[in-house]
Amino acid sequence: MNPLRRFFRTPEAVAGAIILAALCAMALAAPLFFPGDPQAIAGPALLPPFQDWSLPLGTDRLGRDVLAELFHGARTSLAVGLAAAATALAVGAIVGTVAGFAGGGVDEVLMRITDAFQTVPSFLLALAFVSVVGPSLGVVVAAIALGAWTGPARVARAEVLSIRERDFVAGARVIGMHPLEIAFREVLPNALPPVLALSSVIVAAAILTEAALSFLGLGDPNRVTWGGMIAEGRAVLRTAPFLSIIPGVALVLTVLGVYLAGEGVVETTAVRRSLS
Amino acid sequence: MSSPLLAVSGLTKRYRRGGKTIAAVDDVSFDIEPGETLALAGPSGSGKSTIARLLLRLIEPDAGRVEFEGGDFLSLNGAALRAQRARLQMVFQDPLAAFNPRASVARVLDDPLRIHGIASRKERPRRIAALLERVGLSADLAGRAIHEISGGQRQRVAIARAIATKPSLIVLDEAVSALDVSVRRQILQLLLDLQREERIAYLFISHDLGVISAIAHRVVILDAGRTAESGDARAVIDAPQSAIGKALVAAAPKLNRTSKDSDAADRQ
Repeated sequence: MNPLRRFFRTPEAVAGAIILAALCAMALAAPLFFPGDPQAIAGPALLPPFQDWSLPLGTDRLGRDVLAELFHGARTSLAVGLAAAATALAVGAIVGTVAGFAGGGVDEVLMRITDAFQTVPSFLLALAFVSVVGPSLGVVVAAIALGAWTGPARVARAEVLSIRERDFVAGARVIGMHPLEIAFREVLPNALPPVLALSSVIVAAAILTEAALSFLGLGDPNRVTWGGMIAEGRAVLRTAPFLSIIPGVALVLTVLGVYLAGEGVVETTAVRRSLS
Repeated sequence: MSSPLLAVSGLTKRYRRGGKTIAAVDDVSFDIEPGETLALAGPSGSGKSTIARLLLRLIEPDAGRVEFEGGDFLSLNGAALRAQRARLQMVFQDPLAAFNPRASVARVLDDPLRIHGIASRKERPRRIAALLERVGLSADLAGRAIHEISGGQRQRVAIARAIATKPSLIVLDEAVSALDVSVRRQILQLLLDLQREERIAYLFISHDLGVISAIAHRVVILDAGRTAESGDARAVIDAPQSAIGKALVAAAPKLNRTSKDSDAADRQ
């Protein structure tokens, strides 16, 4: 069966895909619906949701439009989550491939470095990195990737160890291919599927880490983030709980959507792999 | 006297297994002349495939010399080894495992042409088509994925890749063993045609004496990593001297013994 059709026959995957699609639409449409600075004051402070239809989700302590912030926050969350996960997967896949393919001393050194990163809690690592370098979007992405690349590296290495013994790698050596080309053109693409299977978990974790960093005031101060919105709402949690709940629900939905859609993709490709 | 194309002497490879050292290949020596087919025969575990992998420098020997085209092949490294690999090619037993599962036929044939600078990017598609036709395949096959074509077609692609770099020697490691009988005959015929036209020497590794008698000029019979006997293929197969040679001849199906004559006739 067509993998796309199989994907859409799984209800969880469809739900995840719909949530993700809505989020992406939100992120893309943010500057369209809410041009200008989402952090500009738009009305009276602490307006509850569903009172004024020009400000459907109300305003925060400073009178900023919550819906505008939510839309622009989706941009940050998705961008940081995807960029951090992509960085982590790329670094992990390269480190794992080099370690597994080179073997010997190179493998030892790279895997001990991986161990070192893996034993430090990844959030602590991100926190320390951002505090030292200073918060900006790129730094936050790097900080999150710093704690997330070890999983992909281990999976890639294990996969490469089995692939490098296969005949087609010997065949590539026989025709005189350079070892680097063998590693990255012959071996790595075949080692990728189980590494990519980690991506949904890593994206979800990256979005949460970004929110946590922003909550602690270590996000990019020039951008609206859901974590920052929750932190902002915390001061008025008793009188205006919606200020924390709305971005909180957005976070939960995002993580759920990413995870469900990702699992759906893994599931359909896994079936295809076992069939072939 | 001209020197042989390949001169192997004292080739030895030992493995440690559970504290004991086992010699997979034990002091094996043989020569191959240009344009000649030497068969390596023997039961499984006799070291045939290990010799193939040693000759192609996929694994390194513990002792021995390999002279190829007059040079010490074992002392080559890095870029010099990769360049010389153009002259010494290999065809694997399982044509599906021998190719990157994601590759297309065109890419498989493009790689050797590109790596050894044999043809420019613009010229390569034409060369690939010519290679496919050379091994009896349609040039239209270039766009197909490796897993989409049949086993016999795949083995022809493997041969096309092996001859792409104009080698003087091709190691065929059980290259026809996984094919069914009719396809096997066609592939053997193709190998014989290529040898006659391009003067390629073969090291033909097989456990099947029927196939060996059809294609090989000389044969070396291995037993547990050592040379049991060697000589003219027909003579050895008709009257084996060693115990292992006799056992192999006795084990060969009668069908092969009778069809051997017609196969041999094809060669003439």
